[in-house]
Amino acid sequence: MTQRIGVVLFPGSNCEHDVAEAFEGLGAETEVVWHGDRSLGSVDAVVLPGGFAHGDYLRPGAIARFSPVMAAVESFAAAGGPVVGICNGFQVLTEAHLLPGALQKNRGLTFLCQTADLEVASDRSVITAGVPVGTRLRIPINHFEGNYTCDQRTLDELRAEGRVVLRYVGNPNGSIDDIAGVCNGAGNVVGLMPHPERAMSELLGSTDGRVLLGALLGAVVHA
Amino acid sequence: MRFSALVEVALRPGIADPQGATIERALPALGFDTVSAVRAGKAYRFMIDAPDEGTARGTVEELCRRLLANPVIEDTSVRLEAAP
Repeated sequence: MTQRIGVVLFPGSNCEHDVAEAFEGLGAETEVVWHGDRSLGSVDAVVLPGGFAHGDYLRPGAIARFSPVMAAVESFAAAGGPVVGICNGFQVLTEAHLLPGALQKNRGLTFLCQTADLEVASDRSVITAGVPVGTRLRIPINHFEGNYTCDQRTLDELRAEGRVVLRYVGNPNGSIDDIAGVCNGAGNVVGLMPHPERAMSELLGSTDGRVLLGALLGAVVHA
Repeated sequence: MRFSALVEVALRPGIADPQGATIERALPALGFDTVSAVRAGKAYRFMIDAPDEGTARGTVEELCRRLLANPVIEDTSVRLEAAP
């Protein structure tokens, strides 16, 4: 059975087509879901793509979390449905309190657009299920506000429960504990700053994004 | 009654403030070598109608909590003045 991936389009999202194409390249079907819709339709997983939802006004993700579609995303997540936020999508998920912590301006106030070396830190999430811990990946980052922060208690919890999903090797942005991605307690909601959809072709420098997006497709149980 | 509100949003103590730190590092070169502990934040001004100041403050604090600040990393301070 073919998995069906919903990609949420907020005004200002700009990676929705890349995400859709990446999944289609892996054999999945995709559907772009408008942020004003109150239903996700029949999808097996939801991706909040990168970009600048609602212009990133106020704070990245602060307005997007009130978009009508987010109520549907929250119930989908609560029912165990896989939800992945990439870059701006990660910021939306923290603002919506579906993931802990917050993403601050990068250390050094530099916009970063480069390939990042990453290490898989947990196989408990839907994008790393079946991927050996310690696997090295090279995936592009492209952000100004990717400096992950949280209080000490949350960090202790994330570490103890294996919820730090990805870590940078050579921290580019000042993130606490080199964190590049985290998941919720059940592992079905994941946020990451790197863009796996931009690492799908040898021609573009890396195919390591296939590891994460492929793991998500593997984790999806088609209803 | 109508009140003018000023809300200041600042990073909580202990949360790294790369913007404030960058501003502070620039100051000695400009001759401001007596300035320290720079923290960057945001300010919002708006009008609010409410029967009394307590109600207005409650509404503004709710607004801060739900939208204007991210309580994970930011604190707010609210100043209200009765509008003429």
